[in-house]
Amino acid sequence: MKRFNITKFSVAIFFLFLIVGCASTQKQLLDSDASQLQLRSIQTRAFDTTDKEKTLRAVIATLQDLGFVIDKADATLGSVSATKLDRYALRMTVTVRPKGDKQLLVRANAQYELTPVEDPEPYQNFFSALQKAMFLSAHDVD
Amino acid sequence: MGFLKNKSLNLKRYSLVLFSLLFVIACHSRIPSEALKLDSESLQKRQLQTRVFQTNDESKVLAACSSLLQDLGFNIEESESELGVIVGSKDRSAVSAGKVVGSLLLGVLTGVYVPWDKNQKMRACVVTKPSGEEKKNVAVRVTFQRIVWNTQNQITIMEGLTEPEMYKEFFDKLSKSLFLEANEAF
Repeated sequence: MKRFNITKFSVAIFFLFLIVGCASTQKQLLDSDASQLQLRSIQTRAFDTTDKEKTLRAVIATLQDLGFVIDKADATLGSVSATKLDRYALRMTVTVRPKGDKQLLVRANAQYELTPVEDPEPYQNFFSALQKAMFLSAHDVD
Repeated sequence: MGFLKNKSLNLKRYSLVLFSLLFVIACHSRIPSEALKLDSESLQKRQLQTRVFQTNDESKVLAACSSLLQDLGFNIEESESELGVIVGSKDRSAVSAGKVVGSLLLGVLTGVYVPWDKNQKMRACVVTKPSGEEKKNVAVRVTFQRIVWNTQNQITIMEGLTEPEMYKEFFDKLSKSLFLEANEAF
């Protein structure tokens, strides 16, 4: 009787593992859990400048200040990717593109180990560091 | 009765183990709060990793950095001269005799195979930036990091390298490299 219970218990636990452990590939690929709009506003700020190169250089300097090593940089596309290794792996991509003819939009997204970073706080920290490097304030984008 | 009691204890222990395992799998590993925050060490590190050269020719400095990375055995992975970025990497052995002996001894004592560090990937990133008033100087900042794998191909170390001596040696060599470039000796 007891043995039977353990078997039943194991089967139940096994299914629980399936539910907890495996989000579907599609869900993982498209990160469908997060609200797209909300994520954008967390990850994006506008700066009152049109100097894309200067902004990208400030992004690179900020990433270096935060302990990242640059992986890729593309001035034409306006993107910079970098990785921070500090017992953990944190990967970040920052893109810069024009918004209207007076502003630039800076968008950052980060991946901590195997999970996307979706909390507002790390991004607030990043943009506050970037503001200092840019000598410009970052505006929220609706 | 004693048998039953034992069983229920086992069941309890069993569920505890499974529960913790479940926790590990489902674990919402969260980003450390200081990961993207500037701290008091940031400025110190920046100073350690940066030197300013008296020239307004950024591309010349960048070319010297690229030759230097090659001198040091790095393969260039990525470069974007418009933004002053060069990234290089190299794979090297991470075997240290002391650690191997330690692992083997521990293995013999415990009867369990104890892996040791086998290889490492080292990365270097050089960023140049016009600096100073009227942009008459070029600041060069270099950063190093490495990942170490053990004999079972598991990652054992992921770290940024911050020993001051590494940076000092790098910049000593860069000064020489710049001198060589300036004189077109090679």
